[in-house]
Amino acid sequence: MLSINCPWCGPRDEIEFRCGGEAHIARPKDPMALDDADWAEYVFMRTNPKGWHRERWYHTNGCRRWFNVIRSTVTHEIAAVYKIGAAQPPLPDRDPATPAPVASR
Amino acid sequence: MNSMARYSIFSLARNAFSHHENWPKLWRSPDPKSGYDVVIVGAGGHGLATAYYLATQHDITNVAVLEKGWLGGGNTGRNTTIIRSNYLWDESAHLYEHALKLWETLSQDLNFNCMVSHRGVMNLAHNLHDKREALRRVNANRLNGIDAEWLEPHEVKAFCPIINDANNVRYPIMGATLQRRGGVARHDAVAWGYARGADARGVDIIQNCEVTGLVREGGRIVALETTRGTIRAKKVGLAAAGHSSVLAAKAGIRLPVESHPLQALVSEPLKPIINCVVMSNAVHVYVSQSDKGELVMGAGIDGFNSYAQRGSFPIIEHQLGACLELFPIFSRVRMMRTWGGIVDVCPDASPIISKTPVEGLYINCGWGTGGFKATPGSGWVFAHTIARDEPHPLNAAFNIDRFCSGALVDEHGAAAVAH
Repeated sequence: MLSINCPWCGPRDEIEFRCGGEAHIARPKDPMALDDADWAEYVFMRTNPKGWHRERWYHTNGCRRWFNVIRSTVTHEIAAVYKIGAAQPPLPDRDPATPAPVASR
Repeated sequence: MNSMARYSIFSLARNAFSHHENWPKLWRSPDPKSGYDVVIVGAGGHGLATAYYLATQHDITNVAVLEKGWLGGGNTGRNTTIIRSNYLWDESAHLYEHALKLWETLSQDLNFNCMVSHRGVMNLAHNLHDKREALRRVNANRLNGIDAEWLEPHEVKAFCPIINDANNVRYPIMGATLQRRGGVARHDAVAWGYARGADARGVDIIQNCEVTGLVREGGRIVALETTRGTIRAKKVGLAAAGHSSVLAAKAGIRLPVESHPLQALVSEPLKPIINCVVMSNAVHVYVSQSDKGELVMGAGIDGFNSYAQRGSFPIIEHQLGACLELFPIFSRVRMMRTWGGIVDVCPDASPIISKTPVEGLYINCGWGTGGFKATPGSGWVFAHTIARDEPHPLNAAFNIDRFCSGALVDEHGAAAVAH
């Protein structure tokens, strides 16, 4: 089970949260200018990386607020949590398949 | 069939004389050649079935199947082995029904016992909406020539006597759909049977060979970079399930799929106690019993993206809660093993079996939680798509362009299972 550090409530169990998928998919600024392929890209296409993934989580059974997480899709390790609208922390330069040393967690 | 020794009562007797120590290997393990007419990436059920039908239906035998791990070690070896074709929409119903028809004679066709058992699949209804949706699906199935029945609660109890039909539970059983031709098949045997059949017709199955790059020249695929060297290919078919996005990205293609863990588990072996497959959306579990006696159970995906082949414990807890609501008799059964597979989920819960913007590159992915049942049909239409460079009528609707055109095949909730 994941332990997720909600930016407002602190560390809580995964069962309190829902994952909202890939983060930072910006709504098109000028929707009228989009063709079908652009809409497909916005609505359906996903990066789905094997490695570090920026994703949105929602604290359903807590503060009911959204926030962003950087998580490895290989080990499930959470490297960073940051609020919606905050500056994006850089992705860790560690291998996403190798868990961090225990001391630094 | 050239080099394959056929299995029969006579070969069994003959091999008994040498204490069954001289059975031929099911497939060779050749070194990769420098090039092939077709290279399939992924030696799971879908990839191997594709190679088999390329050889048997289209006479294309200069084929390799590349596998980064071991044959059948991905989702083919990790599913709950259920086969059925009771899908709501015409496109899906036709595709899965074609697969179910191939399942019916698969053991004979492959000369390999796939242990196909048409023991019946029940999909339970627990509320009025479930019941309406189920009756609609029964009618839709019948209009497509697929066997489907509606069972009232007392008929559900008669078909599966250990089920809890009490009215004092949170989600009482209000009936079920039944597809009698549905059932289970031995998942590993399907991969082994297709591999043996393809190998005997000249297909090279190359395990421990990971694809690290897809080489294009002028919008056309020409070769694959692998951990065992560069392999030229006139055509390449991707059948890599959970890793489809990773592979497609090597050819510059973005996919509408996301990879999630799907967990399953088995109990300790019991004497025969449940002789059908029971599926429930509302309480969300599906249960059957393997020939070894283990209860085989599955449910939904973990909500987050993952390539880790394992999920979180709350998902298991939830499905066991559902199981005990339906079958209180299992309350003291001990669970023996759990595992996860990585499923590639499409936004409309339907697969992509399609040509791609890269000439000579074809993709078969997005099966989500329901790929095993489609294995023979998937291989059949994917082989056709690759051999003819155009889709078979059965997979024309499952092209990748539907995410631009909007012509989705929306089986979310319609396909008799919650995704």
